[in-house]
Amino acid sequence: MSVLDVRNLAVRFETHQGTVRAVDGVSFTVEEGETLGLVGESGSGKSVSCLAMLGLIPTPPGVVESGEVLLEDTDLLRLSPDQLRRVRGNDIAMIFQDPMTSLNPLLTVERQLTEVLEIHRGLSRSEARKKAAAGLGDVGIPNPEARLDAYPHELSGGMRQRVMIAMALLCEPKVLLADEPTTALDVTIQAQILELMGALQQKRGTAIVLITHDLGVVAGMSDRVNVMYAGRLAETAETRALFARPRHPYTEGLLTSVPSLTDDPEAELASIDGQPPDLADLPPGCAFAPRCPYVGERCRSEVPPLARVDRDDAGRVSACFESARLGRTEVAGG
Amino acid sequence: MIAFLLRRLMWFFVTAWIVVTVSFFLMRQVPGGPFSGERNLSPEIEANINAKYHLDWPAWKQYLHYVGPMNLDDKGVFGGDGSKPFGGVLTGDLGPSYKLRDFTVNDVIGQSLPISMLLGLVALMWALALGLTAGMVSALRPRTGLDFAVRLAATAGIALPNFVIAAFLIILFVFLIPLFPVAGWGTMKHMLLPGLALGAPRAAYIARLTRTGMLEVLSQDYIRTAVAKGLPNRLVLLRHALKGGLLPVVSYLGPMTAWILTGSLVIEKIFRIPGTGSHFVNAALNRDYTLAMGVTILFTVLVYGMNTLVDLAYTFLDPRIKLEES
Amino acid sequence: MAGQRRTWDLGLQDAERLLQEAAGYKGESLWQDAWRRLKQDRGALWSLIFLAIFASISLLAPLLPLPSPIALDLQAEPQPPVLAFGDAGFDYEFETDDDYRLAYWELSWLDKRMVDARKAIFGDWQTGRWFGTDSKGRDLLSRIVWGSRTSILVSLAATLCSLLIGVTYGAFSGLMGGRIDNLMMRLVDIFYAIPFIFVVIFILTILSTDRSDLESEALVDKEKVFFLVIGAIYWLTMARVVRGQVLSPKNSEFIEAARALGASTPRILFVHVVPNVLSIVIVYLTLTIPAIMLFEAFLSFLGLGIEPPKVSWGLLAVDGTDAINPIKTFWWLVVFPAAAMGSTLLALNFLGDGLRDALDPKLRGK
Repeated sequence: MSVLDVRNLAVRFETHQGTVRAVDGVSFTVEEGETLGLVGESGSGKSVSCLAMLGLIPTPPGVVESGEVLLEDTDLLRLSPDQLRRVRGNDIAMIFQDPMTSLNPLLTVERQLTEVLEIHRGLSRSEARKKAAAGLGDVGIPNPEARLDAYPHELSGGMRQRVMIAMALLCEPKVLLADEPTTALDVTIQAQILELMGALQQKRGTAIVLITHDLGVVAGMSDRVNVMYAGRLAETAETRALFARPRHPYTEGLLTSVPSLTDDPEAELASIDGQPPDLADLPPGCAFAPRCPYVGERCRSEVPPLARVDRDDAGRVSACFESARLGRTEVAGG
Repeated sequence: MIAFLLRRLMWFFVTAWIVVTVSFFLMRQVPGGPFSGERNLSPEIEANINAKYHLDWPAWKQYLHYVGPMNLDDKGVFGGDGSKPFGGVLTGDLGPSYKLRDFTVNDVIGQSLPISMLLGLVALMWALALGLTAGMVSALRPRTGLDFAVRLAATAGIALPNFVIAAFLIILFVFLIPLFPVAGWGTMKHMLLPGLALGAPRAAYIARLTRTGMLEVLSQDYIRTAVAKGLPNRLVLLRHALKGGLLPVVSYLGPMTAWILTGSLVIEKIFRIPGTGSHFVNAALNRDYTLAMGVTILFTVLVYGMNTLVDLAYTFLDPRIKLEES
Repeated sequence: MAGQRRTWDLGLQDAERLLQEAAGYKGESLWQDAWRRLKQDRGALWSLIFLAIFASISLLAPLLPLPSPIALDLQAEPQPPVLAFGDAGFDYEFETDDDYRLAYWELSWLDKRMVDARKAIFGDWQTGRWFGTDSKGRDLLSRIVWGSRTSILVSLAATLCSLLIGVTYGAFSGLMGGRIDNLMMRLVDIFYAIPFIFVVIFILTILSTDRSDLESEALVDKEKVFFLVIGAIYWLTMARVVRGQVLSPKNSEFIEAARALGASTPRILFVHVVPNVLSIVIVYLTLTIPAIMLFEAFLSFLGLGIEPPKVSWGLLAVDGTDAINPIKTFWWLVVFPAAAMGSTLLALNFLGDGLRDALDPKLRGK
């Protein structure tokens, strides 16, 4: 049974430019011990979906329109604020992109770690401190006792992100939402952090939802991938299958725009034509249609539904009318 | 920390020295002495008085006597009786009052300062209590009618001179609803109204600072982290937001001391409170130069001390700030 | 891995298309953008309109058919406002300079001509006592309007004075940099720690008690000293702000970029540095003017401000508070001057806030 089951989640923002449908009918599941990658450009709705699950969308201007977020059997969207508060940081935790700004600069690491345990586990300050030190040790911070008394600005970026991870894992949550956890870090630190997350997951069986725009991170970390575009799911697949054969033109575009060492060094870098869509003013049909090399008549008038594209794999779905044509014919570059 | 305090002390001396020197020589520029305006003084008596206050000395000698680096004594002898290296202002002796005969400036300050301090403290309490409450309410309910009302009141509080506020308060709470005595000094009741009049413009400013500070902090990423951790709103607010949101208010406490001291000149006059402020006004108007100068020096010390305290407090509140760098 | 490979060579057609697109993005200057956003801010816009009306009334005061602001009408006590339309009580004839002094005080040439014009248009007619009279029977409305001239003049002159000193000092310090900058800013720090208000009171008392002596020595005129002294207090913040502004764009990336594109130094200065400094200065002005008006009131309260027969809002507010007594409340003496002063300062504050938001580069284009 899946730990997390998101069904038909929709979030909109009321802005001056009009209504922005940031997330529009997104569904996915995450199994215990599994890592699900959420991939897409900025503005594709990946972060907003995660924030919505925890009830962290600022209202106004945000409105969670519909959907269910089932954590085991509880629908998080139907919980009272106080019940939801008990779930946050306890059963489902989140790591944010920028460890520089996500830790409170005015409080010690200890205070920020122990408060989680005090609230959710009812531990005393000294018990909590012991556990917090152990938590810091688990994420590979040397001399954790001493680090507890440090302030965030006294730690390096990588250390801070380790602290964030330790904080998120203190209550051994079932699901960990990681919103671009390595984007703000150096490449070498990135690898360490990802490795750490992988190791911790192995040990504890935590389900991870990994938000990223970095396909390399997805390839290394996740078991399955959701590709998002303009607030909707474009494609869902096992990581290996997705990289082997993308079934949505957007995914294909993403994959071809990753430079590879085996590329001809003289060739121009590939990119996806055009601009990401204006969420306040989406085209009537497929949101990707204006940029799509495979675009057909139907794509411009009708929103393609998610459909199975692989006879053998029930989890392989794509929202594209032309998915059958992908990968068969070479499309000549302009 | 010690180095910081020492450096502050050094700059304090530079500042105080400038204040003393500039005001001393400005005073000397005025044609006629402090007693030349008095009618019924015979020339002999005037000469006597001038001699008593050493006004017959050349300016540099008076200056040295007043400031006292070489302990120039009353007879004009350097080093005095040799018992102490300094005299005058350097030892805290602000000299005799020119107009309040038989009183030294220190006597006058000693009597009036506790009154002014108490008034200032009441004003500070009012300012903090009203300002923080209004600012918090406004920040937690932004863009509502309540927020708008608070901001309007706060802007009005800043926009009106405090004697006008005092006038309205008197009309309201003394004449229309007789809750308070009109003027004087003595009981708690005497303090509340002048304190409010003195604190109101500062309350308005604090409300604005609190509102901006809290809104700024509440939009920070770490507040989202705190909520995502499952902290109750109360803790998010008290533990994570309040400290950062109130930092601007803390740094305002320094300038606020200066404002309250300035305001006290007006408020003490309106409510007839025998504080240092009203002494200063009288001294200035009556050409009691030593007293006016003494009070100026005293207020410089108070403001400077308060600013230093605020800087110290800041380093305890914000671990990112190091004293050595400032 | 199958997929398309799009080579990225920019043909002539593409280039033309790009140029057209670029032309479509019409650049908005800082000021256009700021004005557009200021117009969206209702409070600031109304404040601006209100201030414009108030300033015109104040400027044209001699033209208006108001009673004389100084004509005494000795009564037992101040008279409350009456709703009489007006009367023919303005029976002054203006021929010599002394005639003007009888109804007003020392007026400028332009003011005198305006008074002449008023006499020609309205004759002896003057407005009724709409705002009541003060304890000496003088018309309060007229005093408030004439007082506004003094208050506005004082605050504008003093603000300009502080602006001049502050901008020069700050810009010089920022542009020189290094040791000189360090020294100059250290000096500002020292001045900051001095409670200048007491020093100012000190200076003004010295001047006021020996007014005759000093004026006979042709040294000073108190009002000028007043501007200078206030300007000398308020320049400190200005200097700091301007220095910060000069320093920050000096090293900022867009200046680097402009330099890399081959922009000349004067161009960088006037296109990139000056607008930034200017926007801060404008915001600062709208906040300094109210501060100085308050300061004028404060000094008037202590008897060190504008001297009668001239009148300022500060003096009127003082008259109002003086008239408070438990037996009878002459409310109009407090309420009308306070309302005039309060609404002007309120409007200036609102305008200042609005301008700050409108000129905030972080909010540009929104």
